[in-house]
Amino acid sequence: MMDNPHRPWRARVVERIQESGTVFTLRLEFLDPEIRAGYRFAPGQFNMVYLYGVGEVAISIVSDPKDPTLLDHTIRTVGRVTNGISQLQAGDIIGLRGPYGRGWPMQEAEGRDVLVITGGLGCAPVVSVINYIAERRKQFGKLTILQGVKLPKDLIWRDRFERWIKEPNTEVLLAADKGDPSWPWHVGLVVELFDQMRLSDHTIVMMCGPEGMMRACVDELLLRQIPEHAIYLSMERNMQCALGQCGHCQYGADFVCRDGPVFSYKQIEPLFTHSGF
Amino acid sequence: MTHTLPPHFLPRDQLQQLFDNLQRSGHQIYGPQVRDGAIVYAPLKSTSALPQGVEDHHAPASYRLINNGSEHWFDWVSTAQGVKPLLFRPRETLWRATRDTTGAPHFEDPANSTEKLAIIGLRACDLAALRLQDRHFLSVNHSPDPFYAARRQHLFIIAINCTRAVESCFCSSTGDGPRCDPTAGFDIAMTELDSGFVITSATPQGRQVTKPLTLRSASKAECDEAAQHEANATRQVRAVPSQNMRDTLFNALDHPQWDKIASRCLSCGNCTSVCPSCFCYSEQSEAELDGSSSEQQREWDSCFTPGHSYMHGITLRHDTRLRYRQWLTHKFAGWHDQYGRSGCTGCGRCITWCPPGIDLTAELAILNRAGGETDDG
Ligand SMILES: Cc1cc2nc3c(=O)[nH]c(=O)nc-3n(C[C@H](O)[C@H](O)[C@H](O)COP(=O)(O)OP(=O)(O)OC[C@H]3O[C@@H](n4cnc5c(N)ncnc54)[C@H](O)[C@@H]3O)c2cc1C
Ligand code: SF4
Ligand code: SF4
Ligand code: FES
Repeated sequence: MMDNPHRPWRARVVERIQESGTVFTLRLEFLDPEIRAGYRFAPGQFNMVYLYGVGEVAISIVSDPKDPTLLDHTIRTVGRVTNGISQLQAGDIIGLRGPYGRGWPMQEAEGRDVLVITGGLGCAPVVSVINYIAERRKQFGKLTILQGVKLPKDLIWRDRFERWIKEPNTEVLLAADKGDPSWPWHVGLVVELFDQMRLSDHTIVMMCGPEGMMRACVDELLLRQIPEHAIYLSMERNMQCALGQCGHCQYGADFVCRDGPVFSYKQIEPLFTHSGF
Repeated sequence: MTHTLPPHFLPRDQLQQLFDNLQRSGHQIYGPQVRDGAIVYAPLKSTSALPQGVEDHHAPASYRLINNGSEHWFDWVSTAQGVKPLLFRPRETLWRATRDTTGAPHFEDPANSTEKLAIIGLRACDLAALRLQDRHFLSVNHSPDPFYAARRQHLFIIAINCTRAVESCFCSSTGDGPRCDPTAGFDIAMTELDSGFVITSATPQGRQVTKPLTLRSASKAECDEAAQHEANATRQVRAVPSQNMRDTLFNALDHPQWDKIASRCLSCGNCTSVCPSCFCYSEQSEAELDGSSSEQQREWDSCFTPGHSYMHGITLRHDTRLRYRQWLTHKFAGWHDQYGRSGCTGCGRCITWCPPGIDLTAELAILNRAGGETDDG
């Protein structure tokens, strides 16, 4: 066989968990024992998931890196490929290749307060961070989670949020654009939650979500004296190859699949305020 | 290590022997030929297929061939399409998924190319562009592409020094031509004279192919004549304002000129497809109707297509202004960060083949002016 970085390996769906109406988690395992044994990943990295005859999509790995043999992928059904993938059941075989990209700065975050911001319809990439810190609570300072959703029903893992709220040294602030009687938290935008919290000067920020939301949050953070290099964002762009080759994910001079998806704000600041890149 | 021997002289009637030597060593030769009124690379065996006395004349959105009655085979300057499609195929299979009786997919590689290509006709701008594609597809920073690598590995290159420039050329200003530098990456380079060629070999393969011809050294008169012809090619009417436009362009993202260009640009993507350095491709899964197998194929793509910047629910570059800005800022700014130089080698193809005749050197000159002045003020 040639050394073909495009070709996926076979992987089995070990378990399928329905998280909400349109969100599900696939727990995947490589079939080839050698691939399984050699595979390592970091939170924030992603895999390319291939569905026979339909295509490949970029999906973050949300499970804990301490077990690199079982890989959880939480997926929202939005279009052609994700729709097909949502039909899979435990035991089905798919294609999987990765891990790709640079993940979250977990080492740099050790000993510091961590602010995690997510928006839109809930965001898989930062879930890996929350899970990672929850598993290693003593290595990190205060954990603050800001999450914004459009509607209360869009909040997946409500039970987990309710559990995290009770954790020591952890604060969870939630906002929904529109509230309803089941929503005890803030009604409005994520940025409005900033007034409810205090940021220490050794805070590191990790965020993902719609770029408009991230822009608004970066503005708030800079106003609050958080330095540019302490703010990290996970970017999303069209991805075809994940190998730094097909050119689709270019963000200025960076290839999001290789130089990202996680960037420090300092690195992407020159383009971040311009749309169209 | 490249080591250029002093130039030799190849009589016109011995070019065929050089072709024969290449074919004997298993090479398939591609050379310039006239097809549908344009010079393109196509397979050939004999020098009789070369375009004799054919000159190309270029201008923005204009291309025509004329016959000048000469015996020369290389009086044309630029092929309509460079060598890009011979190495980075417009469409190719990356891998195949076959299903077993349980429906589970298995993944296999397609047969990779074992073909040995020899291409005659590359100009200095084409060699420079080939080095750019090499950087991209063979980069160790990301995974080298096995398909590009297989074709590139066996490629034998006969470069031709330009003896004319056409109206769209500007390789002098990008620093890539018109003369083929000994380190430019050719095996053999030739300058055409009436009676034959002043020829140099830069690689062991090059010397191996020319050795059986027992060529004599080129005389001083022949070398002088070659240098004179080569000097003709330095007379170029276009130029980039600077070899490094990186900061200028990244600081001009809101320049009003982008709107002016967008009012003329058709977003057709001709420029990216003729550009010898553009590398974008998209992938498709092509399933057999019987459900037994599916091929993962890649196909050239362009940042001028809506799909290039599509993410579920949005097209980031939803208008021509953003697409043209992507093309120009990638080519002349992003490339510097990615590969340490601009992505343009001054071949001029995108000027010739742009239907509304947009001239990127003129656009760069306007974008280079401070204060956001456009062409009419
Ligand atoms: C680094 C990264 C990590 C991601 N992690 C997750 C995750 O953990 N969970 C999740 O649900 N989604 C994730 N996404 C988004 C996911 O890749 C898209 O939702 C998915 O590609 C949509 O494919 P589709 O065929 O269902 O949609 P369609 O709208 O039919 O899209 C057609 C094609 O366009 C491309 N495309 C469309 N949207 C995107 C997009 N947002 N990003 C990249 N390519 C796209 C894909 O090639 C896709 O097959 C991630 C994207 C990136 C770039
Ligand atoms: S940008 Fe135009 S002139 Fe420059 S290399 Fe590409 S096609 Fe040639
Ligand atoms: S982004 Fe555009 S300009 Fe850059 S390589 Fe791709 S098609 Fe060419
Ligand atoms: S996804 Fe192809 S270059 Fe990044």
